[in-house]
Amino acid sequence: MSAPNTAEVTSETRANADAADAPQPARATRRRKKVDDASEGLRAGPIWAFLAWALTILFFLPVAWMVLTSFHREVDAAKNPPAVFAPFTGEQYGLLFSRDVLPFLINSATASIVSTLLVLALSVPAAYALSIKPVEKWTDVMFFFLSTKFLPPIAALLPVYLIVKDIGMLDNVYTLVILYTSANLPIAVWMMRSFLAEVPVEMLEAASVDGAGLVRTLREIVAPVVAPGIAATSLICFIFSWNELLFARVLTATVAQTAPVFLTGFVTSQGLFLAKVCAASIVVSLPVLIAGFAAQDKLVQGLSLGAVK
Amino acid sequence: MTTALSPAADPETTARPTPSSGGKWRRRAPLLPALIFAIIVTQLPFLATLVLSTLHWNILRPGERSFAGLSNYLIVFTDNRLRAAVVNTIILTVSVVLLSALLGLILAVLLDRRFPGRGVARTLLIAPFLVMPVAAALLWKHAIYNPTYGLLNGILNGVAHLFGGEGPTIDWVSTFPMTAIVVALVWQWTPFMMLILLAGLQSQPGDVLEAAKVDGANGVQTFRYMTLPHLRQYLELAGLLGTVYIVQTFDHVFTITQGGPGSATTNLPYEIYLTTFRKYEYGEASAAGVVVVIGTIIIATYSLRLISSLFQEEVGR
Repeated sequence: MSAPNTAEVTSETRANADAADAPQPARATRRRKKVDDASEGLRAGPIWAFLAWALTILFFLPVAWMVLTSFHREVDAAKNPPAVFAPFTGEQYGLLFSRDVLPFLINSATASIVSTLLVLALSVPAAYALSIKPVEKWTDVMFFFLSTKFLPPIAALLPVYLIVKDIGMLDNVYTLVILYTSANLPIAVWMMRSFLAEVPVEMLEAASVDGAGLVRTLREIVAPVVAPGIAATSLICFIFSWNELLFARVLTATVAQTAPVFLTGFVTSQGLFLAKVCAASIVVSLPVLIAGFAAQDKLVQGLSLGAVK
Repeated sequence: MTTALSPAADPETTARPTPSSGGKWRRRAPLLPALIFAIIVTQLPFLATLVLSTLHWNILRPGERSFAGLSNYLIVFTDNRLRAAVVNTIILTVSVVLLSALLGLILAVLLDRRFPGRGVARTLLIAPFLVMPVAAALLWKHAIYNPTYGLLNGILNGVAHLFGGEGPTIDWVSTFPMTAIVVALVWQWTPFMMLILLAGLQSQPGDVLEAAKVDGANGVQTFRYMTLPHLRQYLELAGLLGTVYIVQTFDHVFTITQGGPGSATTNLPYEIYLTTFRKYEYGEASAAGVVVVIGTIIIATYSLRLISSLFQEEVGR
């Protein structure tokens, strides 16, 4: 900091930075390796590592507490100061499954999986028409899709409710399927387009010169590039549908209630229920936790609409 | 691929150089199902909202449905509850976005270096984002904030016991309702910010950083003059996407405070929900919805400009 030539160095580094930034705006072409690759990146000193781990543990503490509490008996869960070393029991999980959390999970799975499949069926051809053989004004179409994502769902809730009531589709899980499909379609179109845009045009031309048909071209050239995109898109659509509460709460009553609606039963609970609510929270979050942990990089791509690869 | 109706003859027989209308429709065909679906399911409800917003309509007073002109909007703009909801929405959104972006940046910078167990740390840090929002809100409300058996008072009590005292019995949610929601939301959204910013840090070319080091720049200088400018667009992207999602927060308000005490934590989505399904003022709720849409369009226009700048490089295709 107190080096005599500080000013000089900074102006020089700034110039370097500008020069380096200019030719590569959004995505740097040369990328360093992923974080999981332990051999890459600057080595952290012991204080750095300590800080990183301290913050990580602080952030993870509520989750750890939730898991611990879910394996305690209710009386131990409500101890103050906390009874960290109380004996473990799985009784809450047993109670949960014996007292019908399953229908809620099945409804959630139906709504999420069917809507994700529907989103893929609609978005993959659309993305093809927006990248590989683009329609005219395809950027306008892209921004139309994106703009629908910016519309707040709360403003559509009442008309959707009235229409759904009118056509007798209240308390039907397929109503949620349609709504989740429309909510996730713009994300999927954006993501799939960004993946399809990476299919090398020369290879497509070569294939058509060789007389390869559409199906063969799709299978042999497009599919390998697009498969990771489909995985990332599915993950994001699944997470958003699985977690959705507002529409599920308003549009379902008894048979079509999903897992988030099941949890709202605990909002005003009183008495000894802490272990139960923790166990329930873990059970309903588990599918998303597993999927998200398994596909961490896909998560980033999806959350940024494919802008960050 | 050719399921949609194409009005013209097959493209083989048409002239090559200018794309014929048949060729155009062939190109458009795969797009149409998604486009039509999106128009029907997303645009029609908003048109309906516009129409509803001009009606006097409360289902508690049946038969009393009449044209109201703009009077619902007058109510929206003069109603104290709604004005409070607008203020609460802004406070909630701005504080959650700023705090989670700041924490996310700190974590991303920490995780950009190599240390033992870095992969594990990243996995653990993502967990808060993957917990179902209602579940996370319940966890904070009951297991952490609760005055008698919550973790927060529990830890304070445990520490006080060490010194032979009694811990406080603070009712966190009713004493600091807005802070309680903000903290729970920041906890959930920090991993989101961290993931995008970490991807940004890792896209920074390594040799430029090396060059800076060779030139004698220290860590702070490198961060200030090279990393931050490089990260700017990632920060903007994270901030804007975060804003779009957090403005719409419903789950946490509904779960932790139910908008209370009074309307201290009622944000716009929750207020519109109450107006619709508790007060059954359909016209008024729709007018508020339209106002929210207009507000969102203002944010969105700015976001779209940003995203289209990210997008520019690809347009040449």
